[in-house]
Amino acid sequence: MAAAQPILECEKLNISYFTRAGEIPAVVDFDLKVMPGEAVGIVGESGCGKSTVALAIMQYMGKNGRIVRGSIRYKGRDMTRMSEEELRQLRGSDIAMVYQEPMASLNPSMQVGRQLMEVPLVHEQVSEAEARERSLEMLTNVRLPDPRRIFDAYPHQISGGQQQRVVIAMALLSNPSLLILDEPTTALDVTVEAGIVDLINQISEKFGTSMIYISHNLGLIMETCDRITVMYSGEAVEVGEVAEVFDHMRHPYTRGLFSSIPLPGADKNARPLIAIPGQLPLPHQRPRGCYFGPRCGYFQPGRCDQGLIPMTGVAGSPGHDVRCVRYAEIDWEAAKPKRQNTVPPPPGPVVLEVQNLKKYYEISDGSVMALIRGGGVRTVKANEQLDFVAREAETVAIVGESGCGKSTFAKVVMGLETATEGRVVLNGKDLAQTPVQRRRPQTVGLLQMVFQNPFDTLNPSHSIGAQIGRVVKKFGVESDPRKIRQRVFELLDTVKLPRDFYYRKPRQLSGGQKQRVGIARAFAGNPKVVVADEPVSALDVSVQAAVTQLLTEIQNTNKTTLLFISHDLSLVRYLADRVVVMYLGYIVEQGTTDEVFAPPYHPYTEALLSAVPIADTRVKKKHIVLQGDIPSAVNPPPGCPFQTRCPRKLGAICETELPPVRTFGEHRILCHIEPAELLKMEPVIQILPERGAA
Amino acid sequence: MATVESTAASATPAAPSRLGALLHAIGLLRESRIAMLGTFLVLFWVAMALLAPVLPLLDPNTPLEPFKGPGDLARDGETVFWLGTDHKGRDVLARLIWGSQRVLVWATLATAVAYVVGMLMGVAAGYLGGWWDEAISFVANVLLSFPVMVLYIVIISALGASGANIVLAVTFASAPGIMRIVRGLVLDLKTRDYIFAAQTRGEGAWWIMLVELLPNARGPLIVDACLRLGYTVITIAMLGFLGLGLPPPDPDWGAMIAEAVPTGAFALHAMVVPAMAVSSLVLGFNLLADGLREISLRD
Amino acid sequence: MLILAARRFGAMIAIMAVISFILFVIFESDKLGVAGKVLGPYSSLEQRELWLEQNGYNEPFLTRYLAWVGRALTGDFGQSIRFKAPVADLLWPRLGNTGILALCVFALMIPLSLTLGVLAGMREGSWLDRTISFGSILTTSIPEFASATFLVAIFVFKLGWLPGTSSMTGGFNPVELVLPVLVLVLYDFGYVARMTRASMAEVMTSQYIRTAVLKGLPHRQVILRHALRNALIAPFTVIVLQLNWLLSGVIVVEVFFAYKGFGKLLYDAATFGDIFLLQACTMVAVFVAVFSQFISDVGYTLLNPRIRFN
Repeated sequence: MAAAQPILECEKLNISYFTRAGEIPAVVDFDLKVMPGEAVGIVGESGCGKSTVALAIMQYMGKNGRIVRGSIRYKGRDMTRMSEEELRQLRGSDIAMVYQEPMASLNPSMQVGRQLMEVPLVHEQVSEAEARERSLEMLTNVRLPDPRRIFDAYPHQISGGQQQRVVIAMALLSNPSLLILDEPTTALDVTVEAGIVDLINQISEKFGTSMIYISHNLGLIMETCDRITVMYSGEAVEVGEVAEVFDHMRHPYTRGLFSSIPLPGADKNARPLIAIPGQLPLPHQRPRGCYFGPRCGYFQPGRCDQGLIPMTGVAGSPGHDVRCVRYAEIDWEAAKPKRQNTVPPPPGPVVLEVQNLKKYYEISDGSVMALIRGGGVRTVKANEQLDFVAREAETVAIVGESGCGKSTFAKVVMGLETATEGRVVLNGKDLAQTPVQRRRPQTVGLLQMVFQNPFDTLNPSHSIGAQIGRVVKKFGVESDPRKIRQRVFELLDTVKLPRDFYYRKPRQLSGGQKQRVGIARAFAGNPKVVVADEPVSALDVSVQAAVTQLLTEIQNTNKTTLLFISHDLSLVRYLADRVVVMYLGYIVEQGTTDEVFAPPYHPYTEALLSAVPIADTRVKKKHIVLQGDIPSAVNPPPGCPFQTRCPRKLGAICETELPPVRTFGEHRILCHIEPAELLKMEPVIQILPERGAA
Repeated sequence: MATVESTAASATPAAPSRLGALLHAIGLLRESRIAMLGTFLVLFWVAMALLAPVLPLLDPNTPLEPFKGPGDLARDGETVFWLGTDHKGRDVLARLIWGSQRVLVWATLATAVAYVVGMLMGVAAGYLGGWWDEAISFVANVLLSFPVMVLYIVIISALGASGANIVLAVTFASAPGIMRIVRGLVLDLKTRDYIFAAQTRGEGAWWIMLVELLPNARGPLIVDACLRLGYTVITIAMLGFLGLGLPPPDPDWGAMIAEAVPTGAFALHAMVVPAMAVSSLVLGFNLLADGLREISLRD
Repeated sequence: MLILAARRFGAMIAIMAVISFILFVIFESDKLGVAGKVLGPYSSLEQRELWLEQNGYNEPFLTRYLAWVGRALTGDFGQSIRFKAPVADLLWPRLGNTGILALCVFALMIPLSLTLGVLAGMREGSWLDRTISFGSILTTSIPEFASATFLVAIFVFKLGWLPGTSSMTGGFNPVELVLPVLVLVLYDFGYVARMTRASMAEVMTSQYIRTAVLKGLPHRQVILRHALRNALIAPFTVIVLQLNWLLSGVIVVEVFFAYKGFGKLLYDAATFGDIFLLQACTMVAVFVAVFSQFISDVGYTLLNPRIRFN
């Protein structure tokens, strides 16, 4: 069987888009081989061409895309030469695909069941009854609760996680030989993602389906794949077994990727992340020679910028190829991140204190008719009993998945909403009932925010300088126009952007640059507290590292308190001094970072830690997969908020009574389980000693 | 952390010129043939309207010789009626060009007034929400419940036919539609982070509505304004046709058609020419709008 | 769903009430003016005051309004000043004539615009798409009175094939309907076609169409089962709302061709100052517009499962 025929083989694949600006090569000389039963991961940052490859395999590239050269052979047959009818017979039957956004991928006006039934009806000409039978069976196979209800539902009536299971069921219905998964969990919450990943792993075991798994997340690739292809700017730069590539990477870009993600052991003071300098080149601005050259620390003029760099096998490890002329000369041990000793300012006095904060919303439709009939008001309890403090120069992370109330909390602190109950004390003054319009400019300047989405953090109509300048003026830092300009220039210096960005419009900036401007704007009024709402989650990993680093530096210099709102536990462990874990409006656990990341855990924290994929072969995790979805805040369960999904549920008490707060010093857990029992928990993450020499 | 983006120049850079941006916009327009045709038609009529006083035209209101065909010579053997004369013997070309001035001036004025009213209503309804939205939307719904022509007829027959009343009627008819578009755009825009950023630095409602929100709604609004200009041209000509427009004797495209129809058998040109003029001007605005939309979707 | 329909219905009633009040204020707050319109410009002040007294105009304004609404609800809109006949007797036959016109227009316009829109939207940017798009911009740029002029110039004056007026003096004659219907279809179809095209083009680039194609469905099935259903939701509402626009166009067309329909009646009432007739016509026109809005809202909800099941 050693000479088994590959299921899919791409050879010297070149894909271009043809626009009015001319030909844009999206994928260059791309090779890929998928053997039967094998799962191959393609990893890379946005714009590297990984999704283009997926759609090219399906021969679906829109009217502008075209395969310029090379072949895609499915079981030996060249797909680029197939007729539309031959392709149609392969699609959905031999090769199936799972997409990034399940909601958009399902027809909104057709019942889920009918969409599933189409697959066997078209490809195997079975009877309606049999198609129905099979669809229901497959819904059970992808472990959807109550398949009959889902069969009859419309896509919008089921949750995101369930939609993705439906899409997977649809892909599996014709028992394909190859399954292409294009970022299948990116749109989902971590604990839901863990369930899908679990399902994907079972599929390859149960059906022996070959898979191509496309992701930007190295951790997910490790959990699902056998081999990995790392892509950069349209090329594959490194290919090999997952363990081999993860432990002995031989391309500077792969190394750069690993150094910029917060793996366990990274620490913002002792072992900071290292960002990859520069930006991904646009397809028509790629340099001669190595595309990574301009961003590479090992770049050697005369060698790296001469002609095409071929893929070469790494000596001594078969199947491991790398596109680098210098890989053999580089001292990879020396390249590992070194220890550093930045001493952060010690935490000072308490700056922000949140006491018993509650925020309820009443949803009613405000129409005249509803008011006349006087009804239809429902209460959403977005925040319940929030209690915590933040000290000067400290980073407090607020962690939770969608619907946990972290964004509502940010709005209350910022004064965009007023609290229903409780206090938010900043510098000794309660702000909970003061909306931002009634706060004094100085107070407003003390409390600023960095936003999540780089694409709408800045007003597209105004120049960067005008936007930062407005803040400087508004907070009364400066009032003379010339001094304001000077101050804006200094702020641009602080966030390491060139001064001529003053005149640019936001659309001329990259995502990372926009986030830097957002940071400059937040720090313009010399704030005491900065609320950062997922400030890097929309950025590519290498850019994430640079922005995170910048945020920490400015924070250290100004002794600012940072409230870091995030769903990314790896980043939180790296960045935070203390952690607050939220679920459905409640703080379920809080303590120092070390306390929260080690037992005793709240059962939710435990599951969350297990769900986060970690791109490190030495990490062993306890396997906990939560069932079901996060309940809606409109209709929360009685008793403990987590009781509907809790694997450690005790019984009736969890369903009726709100749990007590168990305290272990400053470490607090909201749970019915006795403290003694909690203390007996095992750690979720264990780091095995490094193989070979340290 | 040596990043390419971090090379901070300590010198003070100079501001770039606005001319480049303008040239860029014109360049984009030239890429769409449809937009070019639209621009040409609109500019042609604008030029006619502007040049009306200096062009060597006959007096538009003096009856000369009735039922002359296009290109016919007058009795004096010198004067040419390039587009003929109507049943009263007035020169069609002169009436056409003076008519373009009239329709363009009133259409632009009426649309502009409708826009100011509609935008203020829309941005207030969308941003302030609550009772503001309820009240403004209700007013808009009431006005939109009239078939537009019925609304015009009711307003004009209650207030009488005059330029000011036409502006008022167009405002009543168009502002609700503009309000709905702006409201929709604002409802979307106000969830953007830069609006939260403005709120968290304590900006007032007026600043946010006028400085932060409206400039970002301009793309779809420019397209809509072009379409609406075209529609207002139709409206003014239609009112003229129905005898509810600007009072005679000054030339009015709609009235020209209405007057020429009964004698169409003798002077077909007198009714066809103004009909073509209205259609070409409206077509110009519509094509321009379509081209602009295409360009705005492109990048 | 029912709640939503009831709410829309309530809104419709509210709007009708407000509009009837506004109309009443516009036309009947000047009592002497009303009497002058009825009795003619040469009537004396005494005559007018006597008429006001006899017809209950000296009651408080609100009482008069409510009485008027009460009568209107039972179908009594008063006497037409010009035709010296009950308004209701004039209104219904005229509405019937306009109904015939509208029916013909819709019967032609709907299939034409939907077909062209779907064809253009299916292959965005193709030669067919550009032709259809340009064609529909062109026809919507020609207002009804202009296209009527062109058509009359060609078919009446040049070719002599069709009659230039549609007054139906010699009894109902379908030939006289051709030009009015053609004019209205020409002006209205382009807008619906463009809406359909935009909606179809958007659906064709959606991710669920990609899913359907990559499921291996034949092209026919992708279009018929997946694309059309979603693409036709928006045009449906537009078509129903088109009734509102049609009512505007009908006025011009009926005046142009002297067709004895509702639009001509309304126009005559307005130019003659026949306020009772104008009030009644306006109320009917508004009712048709508001009711079509109601149908469109309810229909949209029925067609769109995302709203239907929430």
